[in-house]
Amino acid sequence: MKKILKVFGHNLLDSAKDLAPIVLVIGFFQLIVLQQSIPNLFDIVLGTGFVLLGLTLFVYGLNLGLFPMGEVLAFALVKKGSIIWLLIFSFALGFGTTIAEPALIAVANEAASVAQLGGLIQEIELQPYAQILRYTVAISVGLSVLLGVLRIIKGWPLTTLIIGGYLLVIITTAFAPDNIIGIAYDSGGVTTSTITVPLVTALGVGLASSIRGRNPMTDGFGMIAIASLLPIVAVMIFGMLW
Amino acid sequence: MVDLFQPFVDMLWDVAPIASVLFGFQLLILKQKIPHLKQVIIGFVLVWIGLTLFIAGLEKALFPLGKLMANQLTSPDFIGSNASWEDYYWVYIFAFAVGFSTTIAEPSLLAVAIKAHQVSGGSIKTWSLRITVAVGVAVGISLGSYRIVTGIPIHYFIITGYAVVLIQTYFAPKSIIALAYDSGGVTTSTVTVPLVAALGLGLASTIEGRNPIIDGFGLIAFASLFPIMSVLAYAQITDFLTRRKK
Repeated sequence: MKKILKVFGHNLLDSAKDLAPIVLVIGFFQLIVLQQSIPNLFDIVLGTGFVLLGLTLFVYGLNLGLFPMGEVLAFALVKKGSIIWLLIFSFALGFGTTIAEPALIAVANEAASVAQLGGLIQEIELQPYAQILRYTVAISVGLSVLLGVLRIIKGWPLTTLIIGGYLLVIITTAFAPDNIIGIAYDSGGVTTSTITVPLVTALGVGLASSIRGRNPMTDGFGMIAIASLLPIVAVMIFGMLW
Repeated sequence: MVDLFQPFVDMLWDVAPIASVLFGFQLLILKQKIPHLKQVIIGFVLVWIGLTLFIAGLEKALFPLGKLMANQLTSPDFIGSNASWEDYYWVYIFAFAVGFSTTIAEPSLLAVAIKAHQVSGGSIKTWSLRITVAVGVAVGISLGSYRIVTGIPIHYFIITGYAVVLIQTYFAPKSIIALAYDSGGVTTSTVTVPLVAALGLGLASTIEGRNPIIDGFGLIAFASLFPIMSVLAYAQITDFLTRRKK
């Protein structure tokens, strides 16, 4: 129990260090540049406390449950040697980690409320709009991880895939409605964060180290890059169809 | 007080997919027992609670504060009326500071930096990578704010950026390319996204003639593109310096 508390305190300190620069920047601008007081101070302090505690519990829980599980599975699947199951697992991993991504949830909700303010959707459509946007992004991340794993197995060069991805983005940009372009480009960056990155990186580097002839440095990385491109294309297609 | 019951229920539906993927594969496909089952279950419960508090806190504090500050920094009272794009210099400085500080703090970037340090056999330093990426994000977000202020369409920047990345890729040392591309997606995580998205939406709703739907988004796209350039450039510079030394 004492050990748990110590680790937890350490994690809380880490999260506090992670958040401190942002608090400093915001404090500096609000108090010194703008020379304003901080409104609803109680709410802000309470909210920041939630964010801090939430981030700590989240990271702590990841290390306790998700990471060990994910690593054990990635290695076991490579050992089993079935490519089909490996690909199904990759898709499921990409989809599963993205659908739970807090940053994506936040941005999808913002996107929906902005779309509503702009008269694009009715209030009743708010929830479904955000939901379908999230599922669109999650499915495309699933496909990206699948593609990334296939690339590592087959040894395809990353540059070719990325150039192909860039071309797809440019082509869909030409046809997508203007109001979706910004949201689409953003969802590329949003998809890949705290839950996704470590799991997917562990999978890529693990795979590249266990397959002969692959270099973990040139082949193990790159999965996140693909997972940042495909969602852009997927969301623009979502925009054309909505 | 904040109503936390509904968020907890909603979040359960979001954590369930990961849990079922991992448990499903372990039990049904690999047919193996789960090591340290009790610890793993506690981990999942903590993830669930943590995510809920995190989202609730964001909606309570970071989103409104970010929007408020963006509004204040862009309001005519602060900038002066008939402002041209140079008058928004505090906005660009703010964007730079937020981009840099949030990226340095980014846990997923730290995770990748540690992995890259291990895999590269120590030739990639954790701190150099983090700072290089953070500078890329900071520059990207400043430029993104400039774009919102001026209203230049986003895809001009992004497509030009793609061209620059491709040219750099051609010249950069091969071993860095995959990592550089990855740093693009890694940078914008749980802390950066809400603040930066709020800044963009706030800017676009205060500046006359801007539509939040069209102009408000896109900062994150800048923040994901510029680190690729900065990491490639960093690799090229160090490569050049070591070769000159020889």
